[in-house]
Amino acid sequence: MTREEIVAQIKERLGAKIVDFHEKSAKRYYVEVRPEDVPEATRLIHKELGARFQIASGVDTPTAIEILYHWAFDQQGFVVTIRTKLDREHPEIESVSSICTGTEWIEREMWELLGVHFKNHPDLRHLLLDDNWPEGKYPLRRDYEK
Amino acid sequence: MAKTTIVPIGPYHALQEEPEFFKLHVEGEKVVHLDIELGYNHRGIEKLSESKTFEETVFLVERICGICSCSHPIACVQAVEDAGDIEVPERALYIRSTIGELERIHSHLLWLGLAGHFLGFNTVWMWSWRYREDVLDILELISGNRNHYAMMKPGGVRRDIKAEDLPAIRKMLDGLKGPINLFKGAVIDDPLIHARTEGVGVLTKAQAIDYCVVGPTARASGVAIDVRRDHPHAAYGLVDWDVVVMQHGDVYDKAIVRVLEMFESIRIIEQCLEKLKTVPGPVDSNPKEVKPGEGIGHYEAPRGEVFHYIRSDGSNRPARHKVRAPSFMNVVSNRVAVLGETVADATIILAAVDPCYCCTERMAVVDAGTGRKVLSSQELIRLSQEKTERLKKELGHEGPKLKLER
Amino acid sequence: MSFAIQALTRSLNVFHVAGSACNNCDIEILDVLTPRYDVERFGITLVGSIKHADVLLLSGIFNKKSAVRLKHLYEQAPKPIVVVGIGGCPATGLMFRDSYNWDVPPGEYIPIDAYVGGCPPKPEAMISAIVKLIGKLRGG
Repeated sequence: MTREEIVAQIKERLGAKIVDFHEKSAKRYYVEVRPEDVPEATRLIHKELGARFQIASGVDTPTAIEILYHWAFDQQGFVVTIRTKLDREHPEIESVSSICTGTEWIEREMWELLGVHFKNHPDLRHLLLDDNWPEGKYPLRRDYEK
Repeated sequence: MAKTTIVPIGPYHALQEEPEFFKLHVEGEKVVHLDIELGYNHRGIEKLSESKTFEETVFLVERICGICSCSHPIACVQAVEDAGDIEVPERALYIRSTIGELERIHSHLLWLGLAGHFLGFNTVWMWSWRYREDVLDILELISGNRNHYAMMKPGGVRRDIKAEDLPAIRKMLDGLKGPINLFKGAVIDDPLIHARTEGVGVLTKAQAIDYCVVGPTARASGVAIDVRRDHPHAAYGLVDWDVVVMQHGDVYDKAIVRVLEMFESIRIIEQCLEKLKTVPGPVDSNPKEVKPGEGIGHYEAPRGEVFHYIRSDGSNRPARHKVRAPSFMNVVSNRVAVLGETVADATIILAAVDPCYCCTERMAVVDAGTGRKVLSSQELIRLSQEKTERLKKELGHEGPKLKLER
Repeated sequence: MSFAIQALTRSLNVFHVAGSACNNCDIEILDVLTPRYDVERFGITLVGSIKHADVLLLSGIFNKKSAVRLKHLYEQAPKPIVVVGIGGCPATGLMFRDSYNWDVPPGEYIPIDAYVGGCPPKPEAMISAIVKLIGKLRGG
């Protein structure tokens, strides 16, 4: 499949579920979907289109907590980022680790550093921080103070 | 039912990046489960980066890892350049690749030496580290430091490679070919290394895709990915080289991929040095600002893809900086690679993804029932080395012979 | 010179603990032992257990998780022991000093006898530090 075909597939299959589509350059695409559509987008992009999971970035912005799942298409040489915005007060999203095992650790990391709850994650416990880390303190939040 | 015993490996070690804590669950000699605990090395770099300017950030990410100390900066500056649409002069691209490949050679030599140590061939360890010094000499000549080269900056590189240094670099590089050939022979032809590594710690292609592993770990399992080829950056699209791929996913293939990659690295450096003779400067486009936006930079470090995501809000500091090191993806795959293997082989399997070797220096076997220590760290390395000795006798072989001609 | 110091400064058994380091200092420490610098000629060897150590080398900052381990290690060490901080991190924390995951430099909770500056210090600097330290201990 060529790059154009893959991009067309993503647009067609996700259809109305795409909130925003942004082509930054021929190598970087940003697709925004609602949180409930992330598992479907993951299944499409990983299982059917064969993308490799690079990593997910959690970003705390003033209005929402954004999660960006970066997927690399190595044969075609471009990166598609699935973006989703979560409520800052109760950030919660379905885990995609059952679809792609590679996401398991980064979900744990976002849970402990950013306070995002991943529903149905097999093993949600501390990865990087001490087990005695105070609850409710998330270092990557904007309002975190040492 | 057999009793399960836990073998803790770690938490931290003397030699490699990322102190990790492996808990091997064993039944007798057989490994039945692996639990990995991280965090002994967590410094909060992503948060720190938000308080640094784009130029300072490069120095910070350089200190994520001392072995990949130019991989992270290259990925980081590429992310900044992607976010701010910054141009890079052609000469700077060749310099970036030269430094990157020199780093790959010294990193692979380091791995090879340690692999030799854990298999009980300290000769291989000492020799490969001795030739690693020669690579560090080249880097010192170019950058002024043996490690932490401080060469990268958004928009180019910090220093040029001087024309009068090129012949000296070339000569030192030629001097490396003999020793690397020697190590190739030591790994490929030696029946003992075959016996210890072939079919050991297999990561299948399907597992490699599911765990999204990167770098030599993926390429040894038949997943032909290499960021340098697939997403061309620096000078990798401008020179001629090949991606090394093996099919079996065992420790042996992982070693072969690394050894053969060193030859490709030398090829790349030679071509870059040729180009540096003719391609004119400058080496830096001196960007004055980074536009608001977001950017992704990735680079093939010796251990696999390094990934950086940077969001700029138009100020002189990143609003968010996400870093992912290759071992973050590779180490998880140990969970499947080590299953069903024996404790004596666990050392080399855990080491084969090149994560954090010296965990093993702090290995200790603890009986889960009593919490009493049964085996100490050195005893575990001894177990591995004894297995080699035993095989030596069975095969009637002396181990790799390094006949040095220098 | 007491008997303990005399015994301590003969053939140094070094135990090396990497905190939350970038591991560059750790690699350089091992470099000192490999053929180019080869301090094993003088009987300096790396040992696998703190119980055998005369010298404890620290590298990197010590974060909340590894600081606990360091305290345990120091308690288990046979005394007298010489503690040396390698690189700038154990002394000041360098660029990691504002990190949320650490509190104070290790010098605040265990006694450190010497620091070797640099990021990372060159092998020559470490060798020179060892020589000076031995001289100092012997009252030179």
